[in-house]
Amino acid sequence: MKYLDEYRDPALARRLLAELGAVATRPWRLMEVCGGQTHTLVRQGIDELLPAGIRMIHGPGCPVCVTPVAVIDRALELAATPDVVFTSFGDMLRVPGTSTSLLQVKAAGGDVRVVYSPADAVRIAAAEPRRRVVFLAVGFETTAPANAAAVLLAESLGLTNFSMLVSHVLVPPAITAILEDPECLVDGFLAAGHVCSVMGYTEYEPIAARYRVPLVVTGFEPLDLLEGILMAVHQLESGRHEVENQYARAVHRDGNQVAQEAIRRVFRVADKEWRGIGSIPDSGLVLADGYERFDAALWFPSGPRSPESASECIAGQILTGVKTPTDCPAYGTRCTPRHPLGAPMVSSEGTCAAFFSAGRTAAAPSPALNAATS
Amino acid sequence: MCLAIPGRLESVEPADPFPTGTADFGGIRKQVCLVFVPEAAIGDYVLVHVGFAIGVIDEAEALRTLAVLRAMGDVVETELAGGVS
Repeated sequence: MKYLDEYRDPALARRLLAELGAVATRPWRLMEVCGGQTHTLVRQGIDELLPAGIRMIHGPGCPVCVTPVAVIDRALELAATPDVVFTSFGDMLRVPGTSTSLLQVKAAGGDVRVVYSPADAVRIAAAEPRRRVVFLAVGFETTAPANAAAVLLAESLGLTNFSMLVSHVLVPPAITAILEDPECLVDGFLAAGHVCSVMGYTEYEPIAARYRVPLVVTGFEPLDLLEGILMAVHQLESGRHEVENQYARAVHRDGNQVAQEAIRRVFRVADKEWRGIGSIPDSGLVLADGYERFDAALWFPSGPRSPESASECIAGQILTGVKTPTDCPAYGTRCTPRHPLGAPMVSSEGTCAAFFSAGRTAAAPSPALNAATS
Repeated sequence: MCLAIPGRLESVEPADPFPTGTADFGGIRKQVCLVFVPEAAIGDYVLVHVGFAIGVIDEAEALRTLAVLRAMGDVVETELAGGVS
């Protein structure tokens, strides 16, 4: 198939890389926001194939990684409550809280169930009316419509035993926070394709204009990423700072209006704490007026909050791209996917886990990074 | 987390309370919720994330995406098996 072969064709990848090498006259640092893109870049070794001087900085777009310890601890508390069925996406189970994880609570007898979809959590609530079903609602804008639909489904079924522990994050305020940081290293961004499938990309236009940075809406496949990088470098070399759409087959400028309406109905924007980064204004979603009855945080009284214990994990510097995993003394030794010290080593989209599964070591770091930093 | 994969819509069931359908992901069939893609018709490729279609893409694009994902190994299986990754 012509279209397929073109996008998988190594010859086209080489042409894209050659063009990138010809276009780039200066070092540029680009951040891919989405953890799915990080996974592809590292697993396929794309970041190592880039011309010297083009450096990819791996951004905070992994919802598992940015969920605060306080939310994990609250989840652990609820999961250990006797009449509760605690439901979650699978990759939240091994995220370390202050003292334990959902997987350990499950092993100790807690009713913790992995669901593929938030709608499955609602179905459990409908099937088991004597149990209180809590869903751990994490995610970016891509996941927000599904989590909103779960609330609307529970409402339409008249369920009174379903609630959500919400820890939802939004991409544009995070990009703004990164750009406001005086230590910001980023010259341009690859915006997350599926976030934009839902939201469109009009929110990014004022950011591009205000901070004079290119933002290229980019897909998830190797040639998508190479093309997105090339488009961003073209802009930087010519002094432009616009929003462009590499992922036009899945993203329209205005996004999915039906999905956005569901988000607006069920959620409202609020300040949000990001693990390892801190509080970012207007960067999260909480349940909107009229839907608080589905808020697990209001259902269950909170126990004493244990102070966040000191950890070796340098997640904050990893998530903002200030350091790479191989800079961390615990990486690959005391911190591995089987025994993670922090969330970036847990999720397959976490930068540390992506580096680890690709076999990256401090002794063999990316040549692109070497070239950019030497 | 934000991985969404394309599946070919094979059937559409009436709303109860939301419209759903069965989509074929390279031989694996799953029920998907269609509430956000009222325009989707049988034969369309829908972009599916955690059981919900968030957009419709054309067939040539869908086949290409799926093939590249297959080439990338276990990513599709991870999405279909559960987990937000």
